[in-house]
Amino acid sequence: MRPRFVSQFLYPLAGVILIIAAWVLACWLLNIPTVVLPSPDKVLRALVIRSDLLLSEGWVTLKETLYGFVLALLVGLPLAVAVANSRPLNLMFYPLLIALQSVPKVALAPMILVWLGTGLESKLAIVWLVAFFPIIVDTAAGLRATPKELLELAQSLNASPLQIFLKVQLPAALPFVVTGAKVAITLAVIGAVIGEFVGSSEGLGFLLQSATSQLDTPLAFAALFALSVLGIFVYALVGLGERLMSSWLPPAPAHQ
Amino acid sequence: MAFGVIKNVRKVFQLEEIGWTALEPVVALDDATFEFEEGELVALLGPSGCGKTTLLRIVGGLIAKSAGSVAIAGRAVTKPMGDYGFVFQAPSLMPWRNVLDNVLFPMEILRKNDGAARRHAHELLELVGLSGFLSARPHQLSGGMQQRVALCRALVHRPRLLLMDEPFGALDELTRMEMNDLLLRIRHETKASVLFVTHSISEAVYLSDKVVIFSKRPARVVKEMAIPLAYPRSQKVRFTSAFTAAERIASEALGVVAPTADEVSAHAAQGAGVQ
Repeated sequence: MRPRFVSQFLYPLAGVILIIAAWVLACWLLNIPTVVLPSPDKVLRALVIRSDLLLSEGWVTLKETLYGFVLALLVGLPLAVAVANSRPLNLMFYPLLIALQSVPKVALAPMILVWLGTGLESKLAIVWLVAFFPIIVDTAAGLRATPKELLELAQSLNASPLQIFLKVQLPAALPFVVTGAKVAITLAVIGAVIGEFVGSSEGLGFLLQSATSQLDTPLAFAALFALSVLGIFVYALVGLGERLMSSWLPPAPAHQ
Repeated sequence: MAFGVIKNVRKVFQLEEIGWTALEPVVALDDATFEFEEGELVALLGPSGCGKTTLLRIVGGLIAKSAGSVAIAGRAVTKPMGDYGFVFQAPSLMPWRNVLDNVLFPMEILRKNDGAARRHAHELLELVGLSGFLSARPHQLSGGMQQRVALCRALVHRPRLLLMDEPFGALDELTRMEMNDLLLRIRHETKASVLFVTHSISEAVYLSDKVVIFSKRPARVVKEMAIPLAYPRSQKVRFTSAFTAAERIASEALGVVAPTADEVSAHAAQGAGVQ
């Protein structure tokens, strides 16, 4: 077997198998009730039997996550450009943005529910709120980090503001945008689930909560598993976007 | 009238241009006056932070002067003219573009990125020995190679005037000599007029028709000296008495005390001991 296959596939697989084995062993030896911790085979059964339910609820959560994320991009990118290029705007809002970034925005979820109801709107608002900050802060940082010499070079050629933005600032900021988007997409999933926790009648977060309250722990675990898959999937989507733009992006550091 | 006329240029940086730390306006450039002819290579020599770079940016139209006048080819410079080439201390290439596209950047901005521009870019890259690296990315090149790309980028739009801000200051001695020779060759081929900021006395003497020497900040011109060495020059010229005499005059103008032969050997022995 090729060493690459062993190191990149067999070892991680062995790790997962070990953990599942420990899980099975713990359930069996300690005689843990299914309500507290279902064994993996029961979770698997719940996954298979309730797959339709998981898919439909997962679809709801996926939509909330992606719509909110795209909304955060649509609002965050232009605002970042405005904040980075206008000195008054920057002085007024940049410190505020940094301060707000450290506020736990999910704490606003109950209020948003009151304002926007239990439908899609409130979830979008929560997802938008958590995803917006990393995008705007990182993008603004990237735009402001454009090397001074490149800007001077463009100025010395009498480049228009649009040319400077499109040919210098934007590509220079793109790695920062991607970093912000990666943080934002993981936060977006969390935001969607929190929104469903606080008040919803659909979605994986709702399913997780209702299954737990009905003591259907295998289903709750299945929902958790579905959420993880969803999280990996949306992160991979952003990664795919990064790959598509790879000719624009500067090379990854050598240690990767 | 001379090609380049720099007259009584003064630059005072106000508070908001630097930040909060300075408490009063800083006089970066007190009084700079000199002239140069078309096709001349003029070195601006002075101690670090003496305002030579500020002067270069003023001549390039990138920053405003507080007083005085700058005229290049009969035009008063108050804003970027669009037909100057810039080379900075760092290569400042765009990591997301390959070598050829980096060189063609000015042509894109000037909306003249046609077949002729590409041919010219190829010629320039060939001249600096990089024709095998057209599609390489900047990070794949050494520092010297990157600076060569930056040189081609500065020349691709056939600028009237090449402004170079300590372009080889970050390179090692041998690479620097190589780049000096390359610059002289390019200058010979393109007939470009060059203003070259440096704080290396020997580099200034080796490269230029004329050296303009600045004092410490606030900078004023303390001496203007023509270098009586014929082109084409090669590294051998460094060992001629005319070269060392020019270096000595520049050192004295800079206020560097020229050491005696005894001091030189003592210093060399000390340096060897430390290593």
